[in-house]
Amino acid sequence: MNMMNRTSELAAEAGGYAGRQKIYPKLAHGTFRKLKWGVMILTLGIYYLLPWIRWDRGPNLPDQAFLLDFAHQRLFFGPIEIWAQELYYITGLLILSALGLFLVTALAGRVWCGYACPQTVWTDLMVAVERIWQGDRNARMRLDSAPWTFEKVWKKAGTHISWLLIALATGGALVFYFRDAPTLAHELMTGDAPAVAYVFLGVFTGTTYLLGGLAREQVCIYMCPWPRIQSAMFDQDSLLVTYRDWRGEPRGAHKKGQTWEGRGDCVDCTACVTVCPMGIDIRNGSQLECIQCALCIDACDDIMRKVGRPEGLIAYDTFRNLEAPTHDKRMPLRLIRPRTLLYSALMLLVAGVMVTAWLHRGTMEVNVLHDRNPVYVQLSDGSLRNGFVVKVLNKEHDVRRVRLELDGLEGAQIQVVGFSGEQPVIDIVPDNLRALKVLVTVSAAARDKLAGASTGFRFAIVDAVDGTVMYHKAMFLGPNND
Amino acid sequence: MATKEIDSVTGVETTGHIWDGDLKELNKPLPRWWLYVLYATIVWAIGYWIVYPAWPTLNDTYTKGVFDYSQRGEVDKEVAAAKAAQSKYFELIAATPVADIEKNQELLPFVQAGGAAVFGDKCGPCHGKGGGGAVGYPNLNDDDWLWGGTPEAIQQTITHGIRSGDPEARDMAMPRFGIDGVLKPAEIVDTAQFVLSLSGHSTDPAAVERGKKIFADNCTACHGEDGKGNQEVGAPNLTDGIWLYGGKLADIEKSIETGRGGVMPYWTGRLDPVTIKMLAAYVHSLGGGK
Repeated sequence: MNMMNRTSELAAEAGGYAGRQKIYPKLAHGTFRKLKWGVMILTLGIYYLLPWIRWDRGPNLPDQAFLLDFAHQRLFFGPIEIWAQELYYITGLLILSALGLFLVTALAGRVWCGYACPQTVWTDLMVAVERIWQGDRNARMRLDSAPWTFEKVWKKAGTHISWLLIALATGGALVFYFRDAPTLAHELMTGDAPAVAYVFLGVFTGTTYLLGGLAREQVCIYMCPWPRIQSAMFDQDSLLVTYRDWRGEPRGAHKKGQTWEGRGDCVDCTACVTVCPMGIDIRNGSQLECIQCALCIDACDDIMRKVGRPEGLIAYDTFRNLEAPTHDKRMPLRLIRPRTLLYSALMLLVAGVMVTAWLHRGTMEVNVLHDRNPVYVQLSDGSLRNGFVVKVLNKEHDVRRVRLELDGLEGAQIQVVGFSGEQPVIDIVPDNLRALKVLVTVSAAARDKLAGASTGFRFAIVDAVDGTVMYHKAMFLGPNND
Repeated sequence: MATKEIDSVTGVETTGHIWDGDLKELNKPLPRWWLYVLYATIVWAIGYWIVYPAWPTLNDTYTKGVFDYSQRGEVDKEVAAAKAAQSKYFELIAATPVADIEKNQELLPFVQAGGAAVFGDKCGPCHGKGGGGAVGYPNLNDDDWLWGGTPEAIQQTITHGIRSGDPEARDMAMPRFGIDGVLKPAEIVDTAQFVLSLSGHSTDPAAVERGKKIFADNCTACHGEDGKGNQEVGAPNLTDGIWLYGGKLADIEKSIETGRGGVMPYWTGRLDPVTIKMLAAYVHSLGGGK
């Protein structure tokens, strides 16, 4: 981990800080470049299109499949609807994602960094746009060192305007996740959108332009904590983008027809360095800056084919293979190892807990609050009364009709304030909470049968339509000296 | 002014200051980005002065800024918006007879929440936050009412108070039998024993016999011959187990001696009529209302 890119080298020489040395990544061709284009199309496609997918939930409900509705404290993911108090499902998802990241990193290194991280994807996109306006590596380097001519101005301006438009689309897409997309799109056009939408659009336009267009590799090297953690995730059997020095060294220029005896396969063409978006030399070994995007594999394989040597001088390989005493045959890949088993087991555990919790998630919740002042009331006929607030939460999108009953309190009567009759049927409106003031009265005759100052009983919330019952524990309180 | 000196080790200019004979400091410039951020904040601050309230002026006011923003103005706007949102409920309360408010499913939650807020503020100090009462301050959750427990009666009590000085206050008071010398101390004890006997708690049958006569002569006009009280005059029911000033012999003796005569303030003029109406419906909904 002691090797670095040009900026870090200069900083080390200066004993501290050095200005950034701009990196001009050359376009690579090959398997991994194609894979990265594919991942870019897939991830950007998901990001830009997801808010526009519709999902019919019935009347008065948002028909956006993926919606983070903070205003109404609901998260919608297709058929799944999460209320604010159920945010632990999101915590579970995040834990699952973190464990998944650990597992993938243990198996194949910084796959996330190299292919799927938004910083990588957007930087890749910004570089591609820059290449369209200004040409590939050499042309860009020439342009930067050239004096400011009209050609340079329009090429630069075109690049930055394109970046800003991409950034604007990025910020624009983000806000659609938080409000009905077609409505918000119309509001944004007419200037009627909430101020917070414009603020976040602006913030994400700015950060996308800044981080993806201008800062690029510096985000990974200086801002992101993940590179610091990753080395703890690797082991001897992790597949990492590796320069096989045993095969490449001693390196040196090679003329056509010269023998390959007594020298390595590396012809020191620096093709691997020129394509690197991080500006490092993979031949220096595993290093912090390397995001393992594998573009150097593409570049090197290209050269190896041209000079007639086998591909794979740079390849996904393990430390175990790299450090093996002989390299006649590759050692079999050990996917099942204690750490991969541990990560997998933890993922299964978290996923199992989440699925179990989800399957047992009721669509009705009940909470009972006992009145605190007064704790109990003595009535003129000698009976005792306790007041409760019974909160019934209906997560369904239809009206629930319920009856309140008592379970396990002899000689007691129940009365719901605002309703007449002993057991009125109460409508709980959809997607809402209803707080009911409930009075429970134990007659003077039944007072003696109470189990002292506090008697446990249960509220039974009976669905008046299908008869299902939900119980909630409560206490009936009375004076101490009885 | 010291002459410019270049540090031989680093090749960087020093500040020219020397401490302890040989200790020097390198004159390192601030990082550029830091400096530019500082300049940007200065420019930002100037813009801030223009659009927001910023500088005090000599005529004891301040520059208002072109946005005409003030935090107090924001609060006023929010309060006005909240009041506007509540207004439809208050209009509905004003239009609904007080006895029907509880039956109105749309209104009940608003009355329960709004009534609890006002009650906690204005009534809680004496009656307790939930109306549980204390010695001398009636429990509003039970069904024992001095002046009536119908929504209308409660509204009347809150509006004009009890012995409050309001012209329409509920003004009747129990005589001070002991202080004014109407009854002798021994007669007061006997009467108290009789009163206790009405709920089956007396301890001295002979005293009860003597007290019965005194009670008939002095108390039945208000409390009734059976001792069940009269809400027209605020006379409590003496036969139940509920005592405003305590149900022990000494408490009752004290009540007969002094007449008690607690005061409930009038709220007309301090709360608007609609709020009082909401409060009455809320108190009635506590569970003891008739």
